[in-house]
Amino acid sequence: MARWLLLISFFITGNVAAQVSISGKVLDNKKRPIRGASVNVKDSYDGATSDSTGNYVFRTSEKDSQLLVVKIMGYRTVETPVVIGSADIILDLIMKEEINELKAVVITAGTFEASDKKKVTVLDPIDIVTTASGNGDVTGALKTLPGAQQVGEKEGLFVRGGTAAETKTFIDGTLVNNFFYSSVPNISQRGRFSPFIFKGTVFSTGGCSALYGQALSSALILESIDLPEQTSANLSLSVIGVGGGYQHLAKNNKYSFGASYNYTDLRLAFAVIKQRQEYDKVPIYHSGDANFRIKTSKTGMLKYYGYFSTNQLKFYVNSLDTLGYKDGFAQQNFNMYHNLSWKENLGRKWKMQLGLSYTNNKDNIESGLYTQDKKEVLLQGLEFKDFKLDMTGNYFNTKLVLERKFGRLNTIRFGSEYNFSEDLTDYTSYNNQHFKQNIKENVNAFFTESDFYITNNIAAKVGARLEHSSFLDKFNFAPRISLAYKTGKYSQASLAYGIFYQNPESKYLTGTGFLNFSKATHYIAQYQKTGNGQTFRTEIFYKQYQDLLKTATGGNQQQSALNNTGYGDARGFEFFWRDKKTFKNLDYWISYSYLDTKRDYLNYPYAIQPDFAATHTASVVLKKFVSKWKTGFNAAYNFASGRPYFFIRNNPSTDKPEFMDQGKTPTYNNVSMSVNYIPSIGKQNAKTFVVYVLSVSNIFNINQIYGYQYSYNGYRKQATVPPSKMFVYIGAFFSFGVDRTEDAINNNL
Amino acid sequence: MKHVFLFMMSAFCIYSLTQAQNEKYIKAMEQKIAEIKEPMTADAWLANANGFEMIADVEKNQWLPYYYASYGHIMRGYMLSSGKQGDFSSITDPEADKAEALLAKAESLSKDNAEIFILKKMIATLRLSADPMNRWQTQLPLATEAITNAKKLDPENPRITLLEAQDKIFTPEEYGGSKTEGKKLLEDAIKKFETRKPESSIAPSWGLSQAKYFLQQASN
Repeated sequence: MARWLLLISFFITGNVAAQVSISGKVLDNKKRPIRGASVNVKDSYDGATSDSTGNYVFRTSEKDSQLLVVKIMGYRTVETPVVIGSADIILDLIMKEEINELKAVVITAGTFEASDKKKVTVLDPIDIVTTASGNGDVTGALKTLPGAQQVGEKEGLFVRGGTAAETKTFIDGTLVNNFFYSSVPNISQRGRFSPFIFKGTVFSTGGCSALYGQALSSALILESIDLPEQTSANLSLSVIGVGGGYQHLAKNNKYSFGASYNYTDLRLAFAVIKQRQEYDKVPIYHSGDANFRIKTSKTGMLKYYGYFSTNQLKFYVNSLDTLGYKDGFAQQNFNMYHNLSWKENLGRKWKMQLGLSYTNNKDNIESGLYTQDKKEVLLQGLEFKDFKLDMTGNYFNTKLVLERKFGRLNTIRFGSEYNFSEDLTDYTSYNNQHFKQNIKENVNAFFTESDFYITNNIAAKVGARLEHSSFLDKFNFAPRISLAYKTGKYSQASLAYGIFYQNPESKYLTGTGFLNFSKATHYIAQYQKTGNGQTFRTEIFYKQYQDLLKTATGGNQQQSALNNTGYGDARGFEFFWRDKKTFKNLDYWISYSYLDTKRDYLNYPYAIQPDFAATHTASVVLKKFVSKWKTGFNAAYNFASGRPYFFIRNNPSTDKPEFMDQGKTPTYNNVSMSVNYIPSIGKQNAKTFVVYVLSVSNIFNINQIYGYQYSYNGYRKQATVPPSKMFVYIGAFFSFGVDRTEDAINNNL
Repeated sequence: MKHVFLFMMSAFCIYSLTQAQNEKYIKAMEQKIAEIKEPMTADAWLANANGFEMIADVEKNQWLPYYYASYGHIMRGYMLSSGKQGDFSSITDPEADKAEALLAKAESLSKDNAEIFILKKMIATLRLSADPMNRWQTQLPLATEAITNAKKLDPENPRITLLEAQDKIFTPEEYGGSKTEGKKLLEDAIKKFETRKPESSIAPSWGLSQAKYFLQQASN
């Protein structure tokens, strides 16, 4: 009993017992002071925060064996046993940095990222649509980044001396075929997908992860949006068409679905802005999409996106092959794309990502020679101009990635990918002869990749990819390694090495031959400094091409695969500078690329600088938002030095290809601007949200020459220029938010 | 008999212990709360927030220590952002993240609490101010939702009026801001502060001095 009373009195009076002072320094493992760490006796209120020199001091009335806890964000919490007697305690506490995402170095060699994950991303998602020369196209803004060429006569991303076919696009992990609308001679086509369906963009200009294959030069990795923020309807009106859509978000925020439809008709625009091509059928596009997204768990998400489009056009241009006649080109395209992806946290540090995609694409092309009054004619020696080409492609891609985390950031990923493609072509010659072919290909791949964080300052990504192609009946093995080292609080250096394989393009295949994969080896070194609204980045690279495809010129002027004896290389350096800080409300970036590349491929007589590669490329992009006017002003200047052009003919005596004519285009200059007026910005509770857009490309009407095209015999040439010098786009986008504030409140109460 | 006595003694013992602990808790909280009534530097806010977190680590069933720790990180975020230009999210986001984590703990202990929604609003505003161009679409609705919820739960809370006043004053006029309306709201907030009695000595009561300060600033 007496013991009990004693105990009680001890507890009640415990507070007034003599206090002891505990003090010391909080230091990191390099003995540098840590400021702002909290130090206290565990399970007591007694503690303090370390000051700018790492010193802490506090008094405690706790007694005997205790634990001293020191913690601060970014460091591992340390518990040190102390015995508190009657004497003051002086104790230095050493903390180890925690490997965490905020502080750790990021492997960035060769990649540009636009996402809302703040760290070291170079672009914001909104940049994709607010870059003046981008024309609202997904790849438009990327062409202002170092590494990409200003090729205007063909669609696609030409990266570091690579062709557009060497860049592959992935949506939610799976390969997308026909990312762009089908090619039309000398007119660059837009991407099919609206930039607004993506929340993240990774543009790899080299050294890409082992998760992605069949791309010699570059990968464009797009991530679609998750659940929308609210239920909404939208409408767009512009000089080139109308569109509308609806997105429904379930009240419990667990799933959403939606659909949209777009009609594009260029008649009005082409009536006002004269085109070089004389249209018989002005391009008209119908496209629609539908989606659903389901939250399968706290972090799991199942997403479906389906798309179809159909379009047609027919135009004439003056024929180069025979003066006084016209070349006619007609095209019909149908495209369907489905993408299903599922991300799930499997627990116990395991994650899974599964993707499936299917594309069906049909192109019907008719080419012919016409008289001035547009009567189709057949001229002797020019029969090859009269043909029909019907192409059907079926593409299926599936990929499974499993991921296991070790510790905070160390990760191992592995999985497999299967790609099926079937290209059916039916070529009908002038005399109604059919040449049919069906090329089927199955590519199976296995890959593995690990991220190792040795400390917050050093990280490595080591991966490899094994592929088998049924068409080539061959295997390839592609190792890839990247290293990153943090050189300062805001700066880091990276190195990357990797081997990349790609099948020959199906358009050159005429059946089975003894062909092989083409191969590229990348070496990249990068230095990047990011912080306080400024980014500086520089890269040097060397890329070696081996086993490039060589072709022979057929009777119908088509190139067909011969062997894999082609080769080439590309080397260069690049700079990127972005600054959001120096000038108030002005955001700008400057990029410059130097490229020295030569290759011997297709029917090239020997290795030369290819016609899609300029030595110097530069862009300046400006963005200014004037709050007072609720208006964003965007301008961009793109520059490229002259590109080579040439005509290759088969020497009649040796039957070997040779250059008949060669030259270099003048430099390319383009100034674009766009204005976005957003009257409803900042209005809380605004139910309607409107954006008005005006954009003008080549605002100074500068002559732009992309290259030269030749008559079939090489005797005549003509500059390849844009369909119109300037293009003006005016549009309005309306979004009608269905106000769900009430729901939100009711659900929360 | 002896057993009854022992039982009673132990009950008393536990009671006094809890009582003592409770008194100690209140006293510690009062001491920390007194600090935030005075103007503080960013570092002082961190020390204050750390202090509350130490209390929270012991009193795991009390929402207030978490609440005040969260508030401290929010205020530190605001202090760190003052005078910064351009995108300063790398400086303020860690504070917002920490504040959010602490606030989530507070919310798990006290649901449907207007004071917690008020801090949620402040976190959204802190994130928004770091990079308004890229964030208004995501953070503005969050801020609006939080303040609407707070209002629904406690319409007369002067801190809601204070935040609304700040929004009015610091939003450019073309986006619906207004100095005069803001001043009116501040006067209204001050009135509400003066009539409102905090539920206890440690219940949230901050804001009066801020309201007075902003009113003085706005009047100059």
